[in-house]
Formats: sequence, C-alpha cells, structure tokens
Amino acid sequence: MIELDGTIMKHNERTETEQKLDTVINVNELSFYYGQTQALFNIDMRIYKNRVTSIIGPSGCGKSTMLRCFNRMNDLIEGTQVEGRILLNDKNIYDKDIDPVRLRRHIGMVFQQPNPFPKSIFDNVAYGPRMFGTHNREKLQEITETSLKKAALWDEVKDRLHKSALSLSGGQQQRLCIARAIAVEPEVILMDEPASALDPIATTFIEDLIDELKKNYTVVIVTHNMQQAGRVGDYTAFFLNGYLEEFDTTEKLFLNPASKKTADYISGRFG
Amino acid sequence: MAVKDIASGAAEDNIRKERIKGIVFQVFCVIAALFGIVSLGALLIYVIYEAAGWLDLEFITNTPSRFAEKAGVRPPLLGSAFVIGLVALFSLPLGVGSAIYLEEYSKQSFFRRFIEINIANLAGVPSIVYGLLGLGLFVSTFGMPHGIVLVGAFTLTLRVLPIVIVSSQEAIKAVPDLQRHASLGLGTTRWQMIRTVVLPEAVPGILTGTIIALANAMGETAPLIMIGAATTMFTSPHGLFSSFSAMPLQIYAWSDFPQSEFQHGVTPAAIVVLLIIILSMNGIAVYFRNKFYQKKRQK
Repeated sequence: MIELDGTIMKHNERTETEQKLDTVINVNELSFYYGQTQALFNIDMRIYKNRVTSIIGPSGCGKSTMLRCFNRMNDLIEGTQVEGRILLNDKNIYDKDIDPVRLRRHIGMVFQQPNPFPKSIFDNVAYGPRMFGTHNREKLQEITETSLKKAALWDEVKDRLHKSALSLSGGQQQRLCIARAIAVEPEVILMDEPASALDPIATTFIEDLIDELKKNYTVVIVTHNMQQAGRVGDYTAFFLNGYLEEFDTTEKLFLNPASKKTADYISGRFG
Repeated sequence: MAVKDIASGAAEDNIRKERIKGIVFQVFCVIAALFGIVSLGALLIYVIYEAAGWLDLEFITNTPSRFAEKAGVRPPLLGSAFVIGLVALFSLPLGVGSAIYLEEYSKQSFFRRFIEINIANLAGVPSIVYGLLGLGLFVSTFGMPHGIVLVGAFTLTLRVLPIVIVSSQEAIKAVPDLQRHASLGLGTTRWQMIRTVVLPEAVPGILTGTIIALANAMGETAPLIMIGAATTMFTSPHGLFSSFSAMPLQIYAWSDFPQSEFQHGVTPAAIVVLLIIILSMNGIAVYFRNKFYQKKRQK
C-alpha cells in the first residue's frame, strides 16, 4: 500500500517539476545565531511562487526563527547574527543596500496571537496603505473592501467598519490581521502559527482562507500541527534542532519520508 | 466510628480560636484603613470650617493686604498657575522624549542602565536639594535674576522630570510588543510605529503620571524659597522675568501673622484654594487612568 502511494507521489512530483515552478525565495546556506547560541545550521530551501510552504518541527527547532529571517523581524532582537543568503527574486535580502523596512512591505506577516490595533476595523486595514502615503478616502475604502473580501471577513463586518477591532472574536481578529497584511499587496505572506490561539471552527476558516490566498500570494506558514501542515501545505519543511531535516512536497514528506527522523516525527513518535 | 458528628466537634478543634484571631486581625486592618481617611477628613473639615466666611470671590481676586478682610490670593494664585503651566510645557517634551529614548531607541547597555538607575534615584532626592541646584545653576551660573517665574519653572521642572520620565516609561512599557511587531511587520519605520501605535496607547498613562507630578509641584515650597521667590507679592506676574509668589509661599507667610483673622480665616481659606486645585488635578489624573484601564480591559 505504502509502495503504491509512493509511486503515485513520485508521479505527482514529476508533474510539479515539469511545471517549472518559479522560486520566490531561495535560502542559501543560512545560519542564524542568538548571541553565542546557534539556532539555524546551513539551511537550504526554496519557497515557490503561489504555493503554500509549511514549516513543521518540535518546539525550539528553529521554525519560527526561520520564518522571521524571511522579513528580517529577527533584526529587532539585539545580538542576533545571520550568515549565508536569502535571495528574494535573486536579490539577497541581507545585503547592505536592502532596507528591512522596504523588505517588510513586500513580505507581510501574520502573528500567532491576533494583534489588531485598538482602532476601528477600517483603520486597521487602512493602516498600512496610510503609512505608505495613501490618504485618499475613496482609495482607502476600496482597498479596505477588497482586502476584507480576500480575507473572507467582509460580509461579517461590512456594517460595522467603524467599530473597534477589539469587539471581534479571536478568529475574526486573525482574519482582520490577514486583511491588514494583504492591504499593502505583499508578494509573500508569512504566518507564524496563525491558528494556534483559535478554536477548531475558526481554524478551519483560516485554513480555507490560506488555500484561497495562494492564488494571489505565496504563503509560508509555521505550524506545530501536522494535520494542518498536511491540509494546507503544498510543500513541507521539517526542522529539527536547527537543521532542515527534510524538505519536499507535502505528499512525499508525509507518505514517503526520506529521513527516519521525519517518519518518526510525523507518526507522532516524538515532539 | 466511621461517620463523625460534625456538629459536636466544637470542643476538639481549633476553628473557634482561629476565627477569633481572624476577627481581631480584621479589626486592626479596618482601624489602619480608617486612620488615614479619618485624619484627612478631620483636617479637611477643620480647614473648611475655618475658611468659611473668608473664602469668596473677592478672596480670589484681591491682592494680599495687612487687613484680613481685604486680603486675597490673586498674585500667588496666578504665580502658581503661571509657573506650573511652564513646568508642564517644559517637562512633557523632555520627560516623554527621554522615556521614548530609553524604551524604544536605546539598546540594553551599561549606559542605559546607568541613566535609568540615576533617574530612579533622582525621583527620591529631597526637593530642597533641587532648590539649591536651581539656585546654583540658573542664578549663580547662568546669572539669571533670582525669584523670577522662569527660574521657578526651571527648578520645578528639574524636580518633576524624574517622575514624568519614570511614569512615561511605565506607560510605554505597558504597550504590548505584539502591537509594535504588527506595525513594524507591515513595513513601517520606527518613528511611524512610535507615532501611530505606542504614543496613542501610552498617552493616557503619560498624562496621569505628569498631572500627578504637576500637582505635587503645585504644593512645593522649599525649592521656591531657595531660589528666592517672594512669600508675598502685591502684583501678579506679567512675564517670564517678573518676580512671583506661589500659593504655598503665601500660605506660609500668612500662617506666621499674629492676628487671629489670619491664623483662623485667611490662611485656611488659602489652603482650601490650594487643596481644591490639587485635588481637582488628581481627579483629572484618575479620570485618565480609568480611561486607560478600560481600554486595556477590552483587549
């Protein structure tokens, strides 16, 4: 049975390769240090355009650190150091001439805890565009409506756009944060365990949304929930102790892992 | 005996004894709580009782006089208002600026810890020392005339600055990092993030701390004596360089008068005026603080 599945997967894998997927992000021998402690070791991986890539692994394996390297949020932590390269469309984002502020406008982020600003729903979504210099009221309304629609939240909030974002439920707040991130039209959206603070129904909403988002965006999602990685990810990267243990299509990684450790982890033998 | 009779165990256990101890302790706590309130209440009632009949509109608009019936507090009242207004103007930007620097810009370093420890210590320095500092710095070193509004305001600014900085730091620290990251993650600069996320949320806390510090400064007497402010002025201050008196100084002067009308009429009336101002400032601070916590609770 496993043998059979494996064959099917190999076939799928071939079709994917034949499509010649565009690489958006190319991680090249990346190592990362918190002070003296090395958190990532020689990572090589690719993030493909309009695909969802999941990063899984046990706590402390470096998956969130990896995610935060993509938009240089780690720069905010004192005493961190990066070696190697991360190429975004063939340009190393750690080059001296890259402004991390500009980089983050291309690579949006959704956090583990829903973190809307204590402002109105409208002001939350319009926050990014306003910060980038759009002040035209009609333009902002248009952006807000499209972003909320893309985040599958519009119907629930269209009658109360000027109510506080804090009046929304946790799941709605997280979709609002997604709307806020896509309002500035990023290329890539990073999600750091976006559903871990939500109930199962809200989680389903977010997962369906991620599937929808990949039409327009490239998504990288960190999750400790393997079922979730299996459901939403086209590609999956398994991190262990700061090393990239295995990186492949989700089907291949889950059904026919190359590494014994991967097999042990996804079958729940540790972690 | 498998089932114990729980009603008849009174003689054996210590519940009764412990309960009595508890009541004694509770009574002590109530007395402790009442002690402060009752003393303050007694003071207030006594002062208001003595001030009654003396405190009227004329008392506010008149200048000091050696005749109790004609005495009023306009010059020291305006003096206090002028000086405290300037202190607010100076200490807010300086205090909030330092707090933002310490919380948002400076890296964890020996230098930063050194500054923070010093600010915390400065908040505990006796106010008369600030008076000496003001005298030495502004009058002796910079050659400004003593007893003028500007020197008074500078000196009291030094006095309240540590308190404004520390309370602003607390208010800024209370803004969750998640909010900062939400903004920076979208690609905003640090200044945009501070302006749109940190400050709007920290302002009520900053105002609470600042207003309480200003209310304290309103009652400061020693530093103003040190810099040579007048105890009694017959004209209101009309500029930054005019001499002034302040409410606590005037109260101090009147309390020294031998006449009973001053001791038991004019002085209490002036005290009531000062208390009304300070208590309403504290009231405004409490209002801001409640607003602040209401917003926090919604999160």
